[in-house]
Amino acid sequence: MTASGAGPTLVLVLAVAVLVGCGVILLLERSLTRILLGVIMLGNGVNLLILLGGRSGGAPIVGTGPVERMSDPLPQAMVLTSIVITFGFTAFLLAVAYRSWYLSGDDEVPDDLEDRQIIRRAGRNEAGAVDFGGEGPNGDPEQVDPEPARRRLRRGDDA
Amino acid sequence: MSTLVPLPVVVPLLGAALTLLLAGKPRLQRAISVLCLGGTLTVAVLLLVQAYRHGPVVVAVGAWPAPVGIVLVADQLAALMLVVSSAVTLCVLLYSIGQGRSETSESSPVSIFHPTYLVLTAGVTNAFLAGDLFNLFVGFEILLAASFVLITLGGTETRIRTGSTYVVVSILSSMIFLTSVGLVYAATGTLNLAQLAQRLDDLPDGVRLALELMLLLAFAIKAAVFPLSAWLPDSYPTAPAPVTAVFAGLLTKVGVYAVIRTETLLFPGGRAHVLLMVVAGLTMVIGILGAVAQSDLKRLFSFTLVSHIGYMIFGVALSTTAGLSGAIFYVVHHITIQTTLFLVAGLVEERAGSTDLRRIGGLARVAPLLGVLFFVPAMNLAGVPPFSGFLGKLGLLQAGVAAGGPLPGVLVAAGTLTSLLTLYVASRVWNIAFWRAPRLATNEPVVRLPRLMVGATVALVALGLALTVLAGPLFDVTADAAADLRLRTPYVRAVLPGGVP
Repeated sequence: MTASGAGPTLVLVLAVAVLVGCGVILLLERSLTRILLGVIMLGNGVNLLILLGGRSGGAPIVGTGPVERMSDPLPQAMVLTSIVITFGFTAFLLAVAYRSWYLSGDDEVPDDLEDRQIIRRAGRNEAGAVDFGGEGPNGDPEQVDPEPARRRLRRGDDA
Repeated sequence: MSTLVPLPVVVPLLGAALTLLLAGKPRLQRAISVLCLGGTLTVAVLLLVQAYRHGPVVVAVGAWPAPVGIVLVADQLAALMLVVSSAVTLCVLLYSIGQGRSETSESSPVSIFHPTYLVLTAGVTNAFLAGDLFNLFVGFEILLAASFVLITLGGTETRIRTGSTYVVVSILSSMIFLTSVGLVYAATGTLNLAQLAQRLDDLPDGVRLALELMLLLAFAIKAAVFPLSAWLPDSYPTAPAPVTAVFAGLLTKVGVYAVIRTETLLFPGGRAHVLLMVVAGLTMVIGILGAVAQSDLKRLFSFTLVSHIGYMIFGVALSTTAGLSGAIFYVVHHITIQTTLFLVAGLVEERAGSTDLRRIGGLARVAPLLGVLFFVPAMNLAGVPPFSGFLGKLGLLQAGVAAGGPLPGVLVAAGTLTSLLTLYVASRVWNIAFWRAPRLATNEPVVRLPRLMVGATVALVALGLALTVLAGPLFDVTADAAADLRLRTPYVRAVLPGGVP
């Protein structure tokens, strides 16, 4: 940051753009390791962005200079908090990626199984089998049904 | 009275520290958790009474006055949310204790469960009480961090697979929220909600709209509003039953709460209302169509959860007092009912060995009480009179009709259709899982369901019925809260008694 109290430097703005851009592209990947790197870059980009939100200037300690030349301390305090949070999340995601690799041999995020089943069923244009089961006696001794189904069958045989 | 305000955040956090220290003594751990949440519930009820009678209760943390320091505000909306959320968390905690006692399988909670659960509660209450945008962010992060641990509890392969989706989506939404916090600060130079209410009004229209959309995007991911809802049905069902129940009840509603705050306090009369109404309609219809296709009980309930978020967003988007009041009532109703249904799904899993509709049947004959416990909240969710679901939907639809115009009309139609489809989904589950020939997915000998689990579920079903009986007074509170929210002055004046600097 410049000490002149002017607007943010172009370098910082560019750094935010590059970090966020790379972060987003990495987030679109399937592998958790790349997603992790994406989260790190995105997080740092956003933290820099917050820092840009406040006025730049000298150290914000009373007695070290005129108040109007000081930088805005609030974004700095916020950035400290958000750095800690990003760090914690990164650590957790790393643990998840490691666990995933440990359990299944890779850290790809697979499609949801149930979703794929439903897509397959929809592709063949059939309803779930559950919706048709259980009609009639169906092996249930307590279900008392008369015999209309069988009678119709017999008439079919005659014809 | 204002000394009570921080307690719903502080007590669970202290409880979390204590239970973590006492990890080796499960009995003491349970007692402390129950005490903490019981205390939180009591404080929440006191705060609600105070906020209803005398207006918002405010405390400036560390005695720094409002625009400089951080404030915690318990207005009627926040206090009402606190009451419902702490009642629900307490019931779910008792349920999980009952489950933990009965067996020691993979699905039962481990010793890290209690501390994490209390931290989650603290995050939720902090988000409700936050009077400062950054504090709201911190509340979200607390509850997210705790929810990450809970959703991957045990670290099995399925939970890691679904948990990773949840973690990445949540982190992304946090980043968007953080970005918008930074941008709001850059544009206005403050993050205090009461002060923001004033300063955002003075911004140029374009900047204001951009900030509103950024915030709404972040909250809509958390609230699982279509088209940002796809993560929810994939990640919730694999977690242990009590965890899924509390996530379904509370976490999405925290997002809805944040949307309500944004739309009333920060950006009243914003231009996003049309957009909100469109996504609300899509959320309702597409969510419930997803539920129709599912063949697993927990996934099915996840889709009904997504679908009914649409009702609340619809109420907010109407931007009338009646709509807002209906939305708040619906949030209260839905927190209770959706949690109950997931607890019932947990009981079904315990009794029948699975929640897969292809593998179970005839439960009404095998376990009649379970049938009743499912039937009442399911009909409540579907909006069958006289339950609170019907009253909530009626309130919202009336508000929609009163608002007039083509778009609210379409939304009213979509709401009715969704309600009917929910009834279809509920009766489909009833037909398949509770009628037909008895069929269980487990061959283990029948054990009685733990009494505490059943008791907690019964308590929540009773709470849902109580909402029906007490709907009149509750609607008074929500209407009052909605009127205050629309006015904005009660909130702003309570936080900044000396006028806006």
